[in-house]
Amino acid sequence: MTEAVPLLDVADLTVEFTTRRGIVRAVEHVDVRIAKGETVGIVGESGSGKSVTSYAVMRILDRAGRIAAGAVHFTGLDVRAASEDQMRNLRGREMSMIFQNPRAALNPIRKVGRQIEDVLEQHSQVDSSALTDKAIEILDQVRIARPRERYHAYPFELSGGMCQRVVIALALACRPQLLIADEPTTGLDVTTQKTVMDLIVELTKQRGMSTILITHDLGLAATYCDRVVVMEKGRVVETALSREIFTAPSHPYTRKLMRATPRPGTSLRDLLPEDESLYEARPPTATPTLQGGGKPTESAARSNGKSGAPLLVVEKLVKEYPRKGLGGFAKIFQRQPAPEPETFRAVDGISFTINRGESVGLVGESGCGKSTTSTMVMRLIDKSDGVIMFDGEDIGAIAAKAFAKLPLRKRIQMVFQDPTDSLNPRFTAARAIADPILRLANLKGRESVRARCEALARQVGLPVELLDRFPHQLSGGQKARVGIARAIALNPELVILDEPTAALDVSVQAVVLNLLQELKDTLGMSYLFVSHDLNVVRLLCDRVIVMRAGRIVEQGPTEEILVSPQAQYTRDLLAAIPHPMFA
Amino acid sequence: MLSPEASQPNSSPTPNPSPQGGGESTASVATSRGISAGIRIAPALAHNTGFSAGLRHARYILSENAVTGFAFALFLAIVLAALAGPYLVPYDPLASDTAAALKAPSAAHWFGTDQLGRDVFSRVVVATRLDFFIAVASVALVFLMGGLAGVAAGFFGGWTDRVVGRIADTIMAFPLFVLAMGIVAALGNTVQNVVLATAIVNFPLYARIARAEANVRREAGFVQAARLSGNGELRILLAQILPNIMPIMVVQMSLTMGYAILNAAGLSFIGLGVRPPTAEWGIMVAEGSAFMVSGEWWIAFFPGAALMVAVFCFNLLGDGLRDIVDPQRRT
Repeated sequence: MTEAVPLLDVADLTVEFTTRRGIVRAVEHVDVRIAKGETVGIVGESGSGKSVTSYAVMRILDRAGRIAAGAVHFTGLDVRAASEDQMRNLRGREMSMIFQNPRAALNPIRKVGRQIEDVLEQHSQVDSSALTDKAIEILDQVRIARPRERYHAYPFELSGGMCQRVVIALALACRPQLLIADEPTTGLDVTTQKTVMDLIVELTKQRGMSTILITHDLGLAATYCDRVVVMEKGRVVETALSREIFTAPSHPYTRKLMRATPRPGTSLRDLLPEDESLYEARPPTATPTLQGGGKPTESAARSNGKSGAPLLVVEKLVKEYPRKGLGGFAKIFQRQPAPEPETFRAVDGISFTINRGESVGLVGESGCGKSTTSTMVMRLIDKSDGVIMFDGEDIGAIAAKAFAKLPLRKRIQMVFQDPTDSLNPRFTAARAIADPILRLANLKGRESVRARCEALARQVGLPVELLDRFPHQLSGGQKARVGIARAIALNPELVILDEPTAALDVSVQAVVLNLLQELKDTLGMSYLFVSHDLNVVRLLCDRVIVMRAGRIVEQGPTEEILVSPQAQYTRDLLAAIPHPMFA
Repeated sequence: MLSPEASQPNSSPTPNPSPQGGGESTASVATSRGISAGIRIAPALAHNTGFSAGLRHARYILSENAVTGFAFALFLAIVLAALAGPYLVPYDPLASDTAAALKAPSAAHWFGTDQLGRDVFSRVVVATRLDFFIAVASVALVFLMGGLAGVAAGFFGGWTDRVVGRIADTIMAFPLFVLAMGIVAALGNTVQNVVLATAIVNFPLYARIARAEANVRREAGFVQAARLSGNGELRILLAQILPNIMPIMVVQMSLTMGYAILNAAGLSFIGLGVRPPTAEWGIMVAEGSAFMVSGEWWIAFFPGAALMVAVFCFNLLGDGLRDIVDPQRRT
């Protein structure tokens, strides 16, 4: 534990990538020092170079990348000068890594127990007779229930959280001195995130290991790390103790990140940077005027009619899927009837309403049926049972296939989770926004469609000159704006937001959430906000519905649910949100 | 107020202008292992759209891969020969001159003359048009049949998928060249039927690739979004899915062009399809093969070499196109 000789010493590290546009510096003059037994968080948004730094430490940069300057010393060994043999010995045994996507990190056609044995064998940690026992012991250490059975499981048979535990088991199998965890919980539910992070911290503490936690989540880093390194655009902007970062961030970028992270007690406006100049430079037509096909009077009337009949009524909605497994011939030859019912209820009789101008949050963990619910309300898939009434019309009775061309289609729209996936890679932004206008609006002529697109772009704060770009030429935030512009192009009454910010950096998320709120105020739409993140839902929604395993656990006004949750499950969800003790 | 990213003092229209003035964009093309997320590229994106960008991209590909450039030059030569061949050649490809029969290559007859005294060079060049036409026509036809059937199978699934799949399986159950022979023999000995036979033989290849590509995109976000925008299923198939799989299909088309030429030449070699005295590489090889033994190698050699160069060119071009379309798979 002497500060004099750190376990890992990264000094003045610069990493360059050779691209077709010349040499690009992904990491510039980065200094990080990690003492034995210390847990350090590297925090930054996408493109900040946090992952590249860790790849450089492990020396697993891809062909185009190279360490241009600086030094990396690991227990006194010069990583830059080490031979490939030395490095291979080091990786896995002395320092190991947990990757972001556990499923991608595991070999899909090899039993998990075998994969652990492979690592042990590679570094000849135990003799071959004891391999199996050792692997089972390691599985047990990462709290995998029934490790003897799970030894024989393939990765696809395990849940995401379980897979991540196996990856942790792999990383810790040889008792390394340094563990690099690269976004180990991204894509996992909050409750799973908590158990996985607790596990990592406990195991590393127990073994006196050092850990580097790479994350975009400042809250997560501050909760689990001793020190936090904040990176921006390839440079370290601040290094401080977690408590200091959280209570008194000194660098403007850290402050911006801090502000943008949704926490209890903050409001939507608080997320935006305090810098006043940004407010002045707002795009000219983010003002409450509708151009092109907009009808301001109509939208005003809509928000006034808040007290009237609910816009959407969902009653006893059910979606059943056939259970996978025995089918066809196997079923014929099976003597006994299967003990389980043949169908699986993804959504199991849920009822809720959405009023005009109201935003309702639909919260739950993955697999709880929230996406199935929203897709049914959206009329993209057919329900199995129940009623979906939209403005007095039973839209649930209309087949999903027929719904696309009905005038009703205009009134229910959606913003998708992944802005990249939801834009056709071969359509320009303008073409994407124009698509619903061309199909469903009675707008004639290329000029008027273009004018409407430009008006929408201004409304969502997308610079008009970007309209002729293709999705791959736009940033994540800009793509999100295109998706939002497309969703509001037809002045819908109900917009379903399916985790619209899940794929975005926090600072972009802050901006997009504010945009959504402002659009709602301007256009008088209702939102159904589907999310797994209670902190985000809280900012935007009047009411919250908590779902679990296809059923509604609890619903009510947002503040009530968050302050005094009735159901144990809601309490668990709230407790799992990473929250530093000193904050 | 809502858009700090869009409202920076930086007025350059780079995507995501950043406070430090550098345009920022992830260089997904530059790296191959997913580490690309962390890379910024230089602010050269200002004029990154339209024709000039396409040209720059093409120039980059050609300079990175000289072989592709070579294949492309070869391709242009083939196209030129196909279009202007008859006006370029020194002799009439059909005019016989028995006095000059079976002459070895010389300054007057670069590729020599055949048994009727026809100039082999002229015949090889003029034949390009016919062979090229057969290849292009059959590839276009198979793209329409196989490509569309495959996209529909992948997108709709269910019965469409089963029917298309079984048709492809049936075709693949035959030795392909024998099947092509059978089709031409049954339907009649014409160029159209050679085109049709070549197309049918290639059907499974196109149907399967198109099916796989469409199937992945079936539940993509942008397809769902298109449904929300009021597009019918057929329109989604043609306007949203098809353009996305075109690059891969174009690569496939280039690769099968060579095979189509070979197939057509093979059919005429065994006496199906094109008939003498038309200048066609397959027939010329067939006619020249009789003279190989007696030492007049040039009659069969030069059309054979032309065939080889054409197939070689299309294969290289296909590889090059794949590099352009999908840099991740570059070898």
